[in-house]
Amino acid sequence: MTALVLLEVENGEVRQASRSALTAAARFGDVDAIVFGEGASAAAALPGVKRVLSVPALATDLAEPAADLLASIAKDYSHILASASASGKNILPRLAGLLDVQPVPDVVEIKDAETFVRPIYAGNALATVRSADSIKVLTIRSSSFDPAPKDGGSAAVETLEAPASEKSVFVKVELSASDRPELESARVVISGGKGMKDAANFKLLEPIADKLNAAIGASRSAVDSGFAPNEMQVGQTGKIVAPELYIAVGLSGAIQHLAGMKDSRVIVAINTDPEAPIFRVADYGIVGDLFEVLPALEKAL
Amino acid sequence: MKILVPVKRVVDYNVKVRVAADGSGVETQGLKMSLNPFDEIAVEEAIRLREKGVATEVVVVTIGVQAAQDILRTSMAMGADRAILVKTDDTLEPRAVANALKAIVEREQPGLVCMGKQAIDDDMNATGQILAAKLGWPQGTFASAVTVADGRIEVAREIDGGTEVVSLALPAVVTADLRLNEPRYASLPNIMKARKKPLETLEATDLGVDLASRLTIVSVAEPTERKEGIKLGSAAELVEKLKTEAKVI
Ligand SMILES: Cc1cc2nc3c(=O)[nH]c(=O)nc-3n(C[C@H](O)[C@H](O)[C@H](O)COP(=O)(O)OP(=O)(O)OC[C@H]3O[C@@H](n4cnc5c(N)ncnc54)[C@H](O)[C@@H]3O)c2cc1C
Ligand SMILES: Nc1ncnc2c1ncn2[C@@H]1O[C@H](COP(=O)(O)O)[C@@H](O)[C@H]1O
Repeated sequence: MTALVLLEVENGEVRQASRSALTAAARFGDVDAIVFGEGASAAAALPGVKRVLSVPALATDLAEPAADLLASIAKDYSHILASASASGKNILPRLAGLLDVQPVPDVVEIKDAETFVRPIYAGNALATVRSADSIKVLTIRSSSFDPAPKDGGSAAVETLEAPASEKSVFVKVELSASDRPELESARVVISGGKGMKDAANFKLLEPIADKLNAAIGASRSAVDSGFAPNEMQVGQTGKIVAPELYIAVGLSGAIQHLAGMKDSRVIVAINTDPEAPIFRVADYGIVGDLFEVLPALEKAL
Repeated sequence: MKILVPVKRVVDYNVKVRVAADGSGVETQGLKMSLNPFDEIAVEEAIRLREKGVATEVVVVTIGVQAAQDILRTSMAMGADRAILVKTDDTLEPRAVANALKAIVEREQPGLVCMGKQAIDDDMNATGQILAAKLGWPQGTFASAVTVADGRIEVAREIDGGTEVVSLALPAVVTADLRLNEPRYASLPNIMKARKKPLETLEATDLGVDLASRLTIVSVAEPTERKEGIKLGSAAELVEKLKTEAKVI
């Protein structure tokens, strides 16, 4: 059996979430990797990758040509995987549609080559499913698989042509510049909710994040209220994180938020309401006003 | 242009489900059911496009049990013009739902399919992409803004690092993310009016498409519950615990 893993490369490095998908792929046997745009050399350096298929002409990851290309080489593979990132969730189900298979999204555990565990109902249940499809199309929750190392390998690189895409055209992308670690790979995450009251106050999280080298996250309400950009949302329909330490500030802990962070190793909650559901999953809680607790926390660190 | 909006009836987002004692699935009996929140956003967007004069008709469709009529009425109370119930008592996977939707698309010939990005029960986030693939249409997933002009639709998409904009030739499939709009409430007069709007019922088996499942549910389990921890008196105490007890900083 050979698995194919779709890798995302950012600033010349394979994203950590993709390296988690590689770890998952290695469970099935030999692994080939495919990269769109630049990044073949970073992919070739990953230990455990046998062959790198490089598609330099597909610089933007439009789902239409990407899925067409994957479908054209799919028959060589028993499993096709990607991280359950925005890109993976855009491309892989489309590939599954082209192959007429049922994808298995958000895999958190691999039982055997055809049996997978995935969360349903915002993580309130874990379903173990067996796939009868001849090619398994999977997206992998990076928080559930350790990332493969960055280097040590030396895979052969083959270049593929990109299929045309007239129906779908890339216009532009706006990426928020940040020196902080990525939410999905940070050791510490500090998230703010509606309780932060406004966008200016949201900055109160920054000095603490600086001291802990933390990523900053947000609840949906905080994003909807314009305190933070959408890519900071943690939850059922945002980013899924499982850091060593998660600090929840002024957020209530709705089911949909917990779905994105309850697998964190240590959870801290700061909230004025002692009944807030976030305390039920928190290892350490402080019942108090965040506008007093945050400056005190900054000082104590 | 006609817009088709596929909608799903799901356990309400405020309800915490329980896993059945025998591990066969999730208990849904007697729970409050609602229009999937993302689909509500999709319905709203379709209505807005009609109000702007971009679209002429909004048709909602669900593949589900007889009782799923209620979400079709809800959608029509918001402003959808008519509804189709494709009846089945089986729980269909996204691949099968997409096969059924494709048959409806071929019949209705919409210029745009606007749907939710994710059903909050199975959390698949797959049906729109599968449908687009099967139709050979372009897709604009996780949409936070759309503009229609000159036979194309421009879609702003929520991606991991920010926002991306793509331009798609119509017909296309768009899947709605949370920030596409804020859905309106249906007024009482509109709820009354919706009762008289046309609702057509078809049998799923009459569509003549493959509705088979490819996944077998081996078991469904509760995730391990976290234990409630302790409350601390001060930030200084917290830092102390994080250093010496939890050893995370
Ligand atoms: C389909 C769907 C998907 C969703 N997906 C997500 C998702 O991915 N992520 C997500 O987060 N949510 C998601 N939600 C929204 C979710 O249901 C909640 O509405 C949201 O998480 C609430 O955000 P919040 O906790 O910041 O706000 P609130 O629930 O309003 O909580 C604010 C908290 O701040 C506390 N507070 C107020 N002032 C202070 C103060 N001075 N000091 C300390 N504490 C204070 C309050 O006691 C309260 O507990 C989704 C909802 C739906 C329907
Ligand atoms: N049974 C169904 N009937 C109509 N539309 C559906 C059905 N199931 C899913 N959908 C649509 O597909 C979207 C994504 O669902 P899913 O892929 O299951 O997460 C939903 O938001 C709906 O718009």
